[in-house]
Amino acid sequence: MRRCSKLVEMGRRQFLSGSAVAAATAAGASIMPAEAKAANGQARVNYPSNRLANVEDLSENEPLNVAYPDDQAPGVLLKLGQSVPGGVGPDEDIVGFCTLCPHQGYPVSYNTEARTFNCPGHYSVFDPEQAGSQVWGQATQNLPQYILRVDEDGEIYAEGVDELIYGRLSNVL
Amino acid sequence: MTYKRQIDRLPIIPADAKEHNVVCHYCIVGCGYKAYTWDINRQGGTDPSENAMGEDLSQQQYAESPAWYAPSMYNIVKQNGRDVHMVVKPDHDCVVNSGLGSPRGARIAEMSYSQARNTQQQRLTDPLVWRYGQYQPTSWEDALDLVARVTARVIQEQGEDGLFVSSADHGGAGGGYEFTWGTGKLYFGAMKVKNIRIHNRPAYNSEVHASRDMGVAELNNCYEDAELADTIMCVGANPLETQTNYFLNHWVPNLRGSSIGKKEEQLPDEAHAPGRIIIVDPRRTVTTNACEMEAGSDRVLHLAINSGTDLALFNALFTHIADQGWLDQDFIEHFTAQASDSGRSGLPDDQVHGYLTDFQAAIEANRMSLEEAAEITGLEVPDIEKAARWIAEPKEDGARRRCMFAYEKGLIWGNDNYQTNGALVNLALATGNVGREGGGCVRLGGHQEGYVRPDESHVGRPSAYVDRLLIEGSGGVHHIWGCDHYKTTLNSMEFKRVYKQRTDKVKDAMNRVPYGDREAMVDAIVEAINDGGLFAVDVDIVPTRIGEACHVILPAATSGEINLTSMNGERRMRLTERYMDPPGQAMADCLIAARLANNLEQVFREAGDEATADKFQGFDWQTEEDAFMDGYHANANGGEHVTYDRLRELGTNGFQEPAVSFEDGQIVGTKRLYADGTFGTEDGKARFMQSPWRGLQAAGKQDEKDRYPFLINNGRANLVWQSAYLDVDNEFVMDRWPYPFIEMSLEDMDELGLGNGDLVEVWNDNGATQAMVYPTPTARKGEAFMLFGYPTGIQGNVTSDGVNELIIPNYKQTWGNIRKISDAPEAVRNLSFKSKEYSV
Repeated sequence: MRRCSKLVEMGRRQFLSGSAVAAATAAGASIMPAEAKAANGQARVNYPSNRLANVEDLSENEPLNVAYPDDQAPGVLLKLGQSVPGGVGPDEDIVGFCTLCPHQGYPVSYNTEARTFNCPGHYSVFDPEQAGSQVWGQATQNLPQYILRVDEDGEIYAEGVDELIYGRLSNVL
Repeated sequence: MTYKRQIDRLPIIPADAKEHNVVCHYCIVGCGYKAYTWDINRQGGTDPSENAMGEDLSQQQYAESPAWYAPSMYNIVKQNGRDVHMVVKPDHDCVVNSGLGSPRGARIAEMSYSQARNTQQQRLTDPLVWRYGQYQPTSWEDALDLVARVTARVIQEQGEDGLFVSSADHGGAGGGYEFTWGTGKLYFGAMKVKNIRIHNRPAYNSEVHASRDMGVAELNNCYEDAELADTIMCVGANPLETQTNYFLNHWVPNLRGSSIGKKEEQLPDEAHAPGRIIIVDPRRTVTTNACEMEAGSDRVLHLAINSGTDLALFNALFTHIADQGWLDQDFIEHFTAQASDSGRSGLPDDQVHGYLTDFQAAIEANRMSLEEAAEITGLEVPDIEKAARWIAEPKEDGARRRCMFAYEKGLIWGNDNYQTNGALVNLALATGNVGREGGGCVRLGGHQEGYVRPDESHVGRPSAYVDRLLIEGSGGVHHIWGCDHYKTTLNSMEFKRVYKQRTDKVKDAMNRVPYGDREAMVDAIVEAINDGGLFAVDVDIVPTRIGEACHVILPAATSGEINLTSMNGERRMRLTERYMDPPGQAMADCLIAARLANNLEQVFREAGDEATADKFQGFDWQTEEDAFMDGYHANANGGEHVTYDRLRELGTNGFQEPAVSFEDGQIVGTKRLYADGTFGTEDGKARFMQSPWRGLQAAGKQDEKDRYPFLINNGRANLVWQSAYLDVDNEFVMDRWPYPFIEMSLEDMDELGLGNGDLVEVWNDNGATQAMVYPTPTARKGEAFMLFGYPTGIQGNVTSDGVNELIIPNYKQTWGNIRKISDAPEAVRNLSFKSKEYSV
């Protein structure tokens, strides 16, 4: 939870200090409009393939904090001990989720006993054992889940997200 | 596999997008939204100057950001015949919801009709008639001509009592002041239709006659009162799910203690503390859990009473509060009836139950000890005593405790509606909690309201039990406006059986005549009617279950496709502006009513009945604004101050009805009713009620309870509250609830050999239905809770036709049996069956 509140604060600070970055971006865009359009021409965003952890780093039912597709989008990797939808690894039991609640952007926290993600903002509950299904809640989408790949060395890569992440109108900023 | 949209970015709203005022049309709360529309070939940018939010969208936005919208808030719709982008997102400047979106309202865009994105393709686009043995599209002229000719013939042969009407009477979607006036002027103005019922009950009556008879209209406070109350008493309601953003934005701050600043500012001369809450409900709901999370369990009192025993609890509280001297004597003396004032019976032929009188007479009639109440309700004496203290014990500085009383269907559709409602209002009056800050005795409401109609007193009291009359074979023609008896009535299996039989008779007759021979067609229909048949006309925005039995189906437009006015649970009136086109030929209900009136006028005139024809004049409206001016503006209390232009200016905050004046370019409204102590009775004094406990009141309920092992409690759920008619075509929702859930205790599941998601049959003498088992550790043994009014399993099938004296249904006290009929089907296997309760 402490990590979570910090994140909200961090979001606010970045929001407040964002104008300088925006001005620079705008200046760049106005000089090269043709290139900017071409770069945006694809139908979907290009997700980075990011190494998040190794299977050895995970213990059952202990979420590991990660971020994807960039460090402003917090998430977790979770080893559930049994095959689950979207699960990877030798036991198809490793999943990853964005932990910003898709309702109002509060950070969800993991309850190890219930094995659910819970949002302190408005009491929404998500089930990582059913692909982030909203068990009950205020969001109009299920929890964004990572598309994961595990290589022969057990390295876990995230290579996409299946829902829009809260706080951004493009999953890759 | 859990439904995912696979959307990784959305078009950005450009800075010059059109902005429209929107009030969510699903539930009573009426959250403010804004609809943004812009041309299909344009888009905004991430630079603050390039988007409507004025934010740098290349950066991650913080929590509760006005600059983010979910995929469910986006769509492509038609506007003046052209495709446009549309975003409908919560309005952060609306005092009702302050930017919060519920899981219904935040899907307004996605639940709009879109050819481009294939959403809500179920919507009705053309008038349909039963032709050659199936439904066929036709013109408005043709459909209305047929309806008018058959209706006129039935009226000529049977009188107006042969015309049965089912009509919604509310605001929001499929409603609004325009709707109720249009249908009201037709059936209560041009005609005096008596056999009429409302959308969710089998008669034309108030659900809160008692409160009104006592002089206390049911929406008497303001949402801010929930922030100011010392205690909230919540009866038979589950506001986190069914008044979501009222609860989140106005109750939670009080429970958290974060409204103390507001309390000190507005009420500086008394002690303040974070709010407490008493919840009366046999079931532990997510509301109870959320309250405990926010206030701590020592400031939440859940009174899990035996189903249907609220009245005994209220009478004991009334007695104890009086005995302790915790009354507001000054209020009772000045604002309520005295022994010398006239009393009257509120219930037909009954001088004891529901008698409206003064405080002293009521307390004598209602006297009940804590011990007696504990015995009846199943509660512990100390808990009832604690509730009394939380409601009425003066605060530590001697100030009167402010208690807000809120109730909904657990009471309204519960045992002994009239007396139970009255007993709760007794408590509010005795403690001086009506018309004052932090008080109120209010129903929480379902949909928004929007009632303005000509006088309806001819329907009588009690009014006709319309469903029963239809089952008995009465009536020749049935007009249905925004209702679906098949899903939301009691005794619905029997109703469906007979209704199908009667309407099939007319279908068969129609099949025997060439459609183009109108005279022969009308003759054939009337002949079938005279043989016990029923000709049915359904006006709705989507195909309904009862519509399948009808002979003519007329497509209506909904909120956002037309201008529409309604008021919410604190009487806050707003205008939802038209932001998109209705699908196909769909038309505003008020204009459908007007065109039907025009057709009836013509038919009666053709028949040489000038006198009857003349009654159908005054329906020359061309727009919904015409209907508004003819109806609300000219007839509602304070309506003369209200116009579309003035409402548009007030945006999503509107004003609180009634309007009292127009000053400095603004409508002046009314924050709380009865602030001056003048109540809604002839002499202005509120009445107490004699409401002695008398067990299960409706015929047959006690017997049903004695014979069946399970209470089949029932109610609503967050995701589909007031939106299920559109949700059936929404993947996100149907993925979660393909079948209605029935919450059961683990012990009951074990005894019946049930697994998660198994389909069970619920049955009793009234009928049978199906539901999907949802394991619920907090459920009490023998007490199941089934989702109400869901299309894939109709709870009303097992509810008996027992009603109260004023024909209010009693859904909540239903008992039945449960048995397994199938393992969890494929659609259910990906579902989560974990606890719905938030936990840390």
